[in-house]
Amino acid sequence: MAYLMMIIAAIFVNNIVLSQFLGICPFLGVSKKIDTALGMGMAVTFVMTIATIVTYLLQHYVLDPMNLSYLQTISFILVIASLVQMVEIILKKVSPSLYQALGVFLPLITTNCAILGVAILVISKEYSLLESVVYAIATAIGFTLALVLFAGIREQLSLVSIPKGMKGIPIALIVAGLLAMAFMGFSGIA
Amino acid sequence: MSKIKILTNGIIKDNPIFVLLLGMCPTLGTTSSAINGLSMGLATMFVLMCSNVVISLMKNVIPDKVHIPAYIVIIATFVTVVQMFMEAYLPALYETLGLFIPLIVVNCIVLGRAESFAAKNTAFDSLLDGIGIGLGFTLALTLLGACREFFGTGSVFNLNIFPEEYGALLFVLAPGAFIALGYLIAIVNKLKTK
Repeated sequence: MAYLMMIIAAIFVNNIVLSQFLGICPFLGVSKKIDTALGMGMAVTFVMTIATIVTYLLQHYVLDPMNLSYLQTISFILVIASLVQMVEIILKKVSPSLYQALGVFLPLITTNCAILGVAILVISKEYSLLESVVYAIATAIGFTLALVLFAGIREQLSLVSIPKGMKGIPIALIVAGLLAMAFMGFSGIA
Repeated sequence: MSKIKILTNGIIKDNPIFVLLLGMCPTLGTTSSAINGLSMGLATMFVLMCSNVVISLMKNVIPDKVHIPAYIVIIATFVTVVQMFMEAYLPALYETLGLFIPLIVVNCIVLGRAESFAAKNTAFDSLLDGIGIGLGFTLALTLLGACREFFGTGSVFNLNIFPEEYGALLFVLAPGAFIALGYLIAIVNKLKTK
């Protein structure tokens, strides 16, 4: 039950994009089509889960015993950057079809602050390993959901006429604001 | 390029938020009030200045193949400095900005300037560029923070302008961040086309 609450909270109530403002760059950048949004969402889910496991182990078995927790930021970002590279190489070899689907998004993920953000969040919230993994997956699903919904709206948006100054990013941000407002309706469930 | 031009470029022509549209996460996440926006801007500016200088000094030593990881390590070092400094001397602010302090590492502006400016120019020019872009970023964050604080709570920098009960709390919450930034960018676009 506790896990179910955690999943619902991470997907809807504290949605990573719409209420915590992490991962805004891909949210605005790759949300013009539903297909690409879905691909990006899947790539993020994949990397976020692995990155959270690896950084969790790094924190609890290397940094904490050796009193090196001030190296957290540096070591996490290096681990994530090399992890993304490694995932890319392995995927290319093992599953070319999956690589075809996710490939273009992988290099973009290193600079996605949601990955580093979640890795640091689960440490500061003192979750256990299982809780961390569940939280990472749920957060990534929340990210995908927000991205796909937003892409769907933007597809429609490209068909309507918009004042010149509002075209592109401004109207996208306002739509995101309305979407965030809709997600606020979930607060109180969990 | 004259020194003054490098400095002013980042504030107006290449403003990281309103023109380049980089570093959106801290922009939206830390601007619930003008003072929060200002402090986040200054923290980023410090990292930007230091990393720009160090990277431009080390650009000939770093092998080309590993230049991105090397830049990230340099940036992360300064971010850790800021993080420890804030935790020690400004604990309340550290608490409010929270996660967004370590996340300066993945702020596209910092890495973007390292790659596009500091890697090609002298240390002094890079310092000026860091100050310029940093000021532009700080200015944008403070402006957005001030707007949200004004519409949300009726005050700017805690200075009361109209009664708090008339404020739309929405602007302090998440949706207001998106909407306020959307309108600000639209206004900047409008001014640019004139």
